[in-house]
Amino acid sequence: MAKNPNMKQSTATKLITPLSLRRNLLDRGMTILAFGLTIVGILPLISVLWNIIAKGSPGLTAVMFSKPIIDDGFANAVVGTLTMVGIAACLSIPIGIATGIYLAEYEPTTKVNRSVKFLITVLTGVPSIVVGIFTYNAVVLVTKSLFDFSYSAVAGGIALAILMLPIIALTTEEVLKLVPNNFRLASSGLGGSKFQTITRIILPTALPALTTGVLLAISRGIGETAPLLFTALFAQNWADNLLSPTASLPILIFNLYNDPDPVKSQLVWTASLFLLGIVLVINLPARFLANKQR
Amino acid sequence: MSSPHNLSAPQPAAKLARRTRPTKTDLADRLFRYLMYVASGISVAILLLMGWIIAGQALPAIDKFGLGFLVSREWNVPDLQFGALPLIYGTIGSGIISLIFAIPIGLAVAIVTSEDLLPHWLRSSIAFTIELLAAIPSVVFGLWGFYTLIPMLLPVQQFLHAKFGFIPLFSTEPSGSGLLTAGMLLAIMILPLLAAVSREVLLVVPSYLRTGSMALGATRWETIFRVVLPKAFSGIVGAVMLALGRALGETMAVTMVIGNADNISPSVFSPAYSIPAILANTFAEAQEDIHIGALTYLVLILFVLTLVVNMGAIGLVRFVERGEKS
Repeated sequence: MAKNPNMKQSTATKLITPLSLRRNLLDRGMTILAFGLTIVGILPLISVLWNIIAKGSPGLTAVMFSKPIIDDGFANAVVGTLTMVGIAACLSIPIGIATGIYLAEYEPTTKVNRSVKFLITVLTGVPSIVVGIFTYNAVVLVTKSLFDFSYSAVAGGIALAILMLPIIALTTEEVLKLVPNNFRLASSGLGGSKFQTITRIILPTALPALTTGVLLAISRGIGETAPLLFTALFAQNWADNLLSPTASLPILIFNLYNDPDPVKSQLVWTASLFLLGIVLVINLPARFLANKQR
Repeated sequence: MSSPHNLSAPQPAAKLARRTRPTKTDLADRLFRYLMYVASGISVAILLLMGWIIAGQALPAIDKFGLGFLVSREWNVPDLQFGALPLIYGTIGSGIISLIFAIPIGLAVAIVTSEDLLPHWLRSSIAFTIELLAAIPSVVFGLWGFYTLIPMLLPVQQFLHAKFGFIPLFSTEPSGSGLLTAGMLLAIMILPLLAAVSREVLLVVPSYLRTGSMALGATRWETIFRVVLPKAFSGIVGAVMLALGRALGETMAVTMVIGNADNISPSVFSPAYSIPAILANTFAEAQEDIHIGALTYLVLILFVLTLVVNMGAIGLVRFVERGEKS
């Protein structure tokens, strides 16, 4: 390479000239500001965890898990939450995964398919209270006029299912699209039909990621309050069956958070601690795995 | 392709020679396809049914109050006079306040976790921690807001009122719960969504733009402000709109800290009421048909509002993704 000594020198002097003070300060200052704001963003999480653990843990006794709310425990709310999330899972997992399979595997570039995806994405953004009132109109009022029950665990489960369904469908699509296309080509090259390719090759390959997606949707369902307000209502005591009003942990917290009775307010904090515990126990490993898989 | 190691190679060939698949496989294939179609149909039908049923239930109130409902200020249950303006004000007001707090923090988190300011493990653990905020149930945030955030904010609000009370924004005596408190709690709740979507948008900005800008002598933050953020602008607007849509529909936490009083005041300290909050508090007690109708009219307004905001956001984010691929 031919070198021009003059030019080399001028570039060299430019390179060793320090940044002007203003630019230097601006750069450092912005870095500090960004770190500061990030810490501000993390503080609420620490504060929430600290408060709930500090105020909730003194109430963690065996009585809480064996007696209903009327006897100052929350056993019936725990059972109610699990029942309704179970119903919601039974409804939303098959339909959600099937919708995800359609989105990812059946003509994913056509207009119809993209519109279905658009509408399902819109469904994820519908506020949970709107889902609650829709379910009240579509399920509670209907069962009230046709049969002799109105507020029920079934209605609550349906409301939660509507919230979980689009989340499951979209994660399924995302996860199935990560399965390498070679797998599909190889399977159909060996004579596998689409049904065989999906059920024997694609779903087993995507199963771990699919499971984390479903778990995250379930944890979302466990914490939801608004959809249950007008569908499952609340109960102080054990629910008679699936067709009667049912207590749940989030509604217990909402109904009793302002209660002057110290026993009830301890119940609220302990219920929050337990709810937060369940949600984090599901979320920590699921999100950790989901981040690793990316 | 032939497989010399496989001794049973002729068998697949014989199968291939058959012109049609066995009917059993074919039937299963078709049945499976129809099942997937039906499931997708159900998913889409839920959204359409939702719009149809809510609009149908709101119809009596729409007939009675018309569009004047949107600008009428009176919400009087005993006289059966209903106007949505205070509730729309509370909903949108708390949403905008939440954005004012969440946008700078969310962008800071997105930049810190996507640029190379920190070692990789630290970046991903910060992103993970912020993500965990999204896992906390709304009602737990409400409880925390009511018992921790309000006592923390009250002295600050009292100070602002005492010193700057002449500004209309701080003109009422703070009581703890109010529009500002609700907005700040909402900001914490939408932060993970805003940060995660912005981070993804920043990560798809091609690295040659960064290296190019730095090679021309720009500092790190000059690069971020003049190259990276402008490039990611439409995606970030999409992220902000998604977060706004979430804030507008948030129910439990807002109900517990907004103060639940249907007034319109220029002051951010005064108690307000949002559409989700009034629904959560009064829908179960509503007796008269016209009261239920008015509440369902509110549901319809909220539904349409979030639908418009979300569709805009999804459109923008998709537009960005498509632009990056081509």
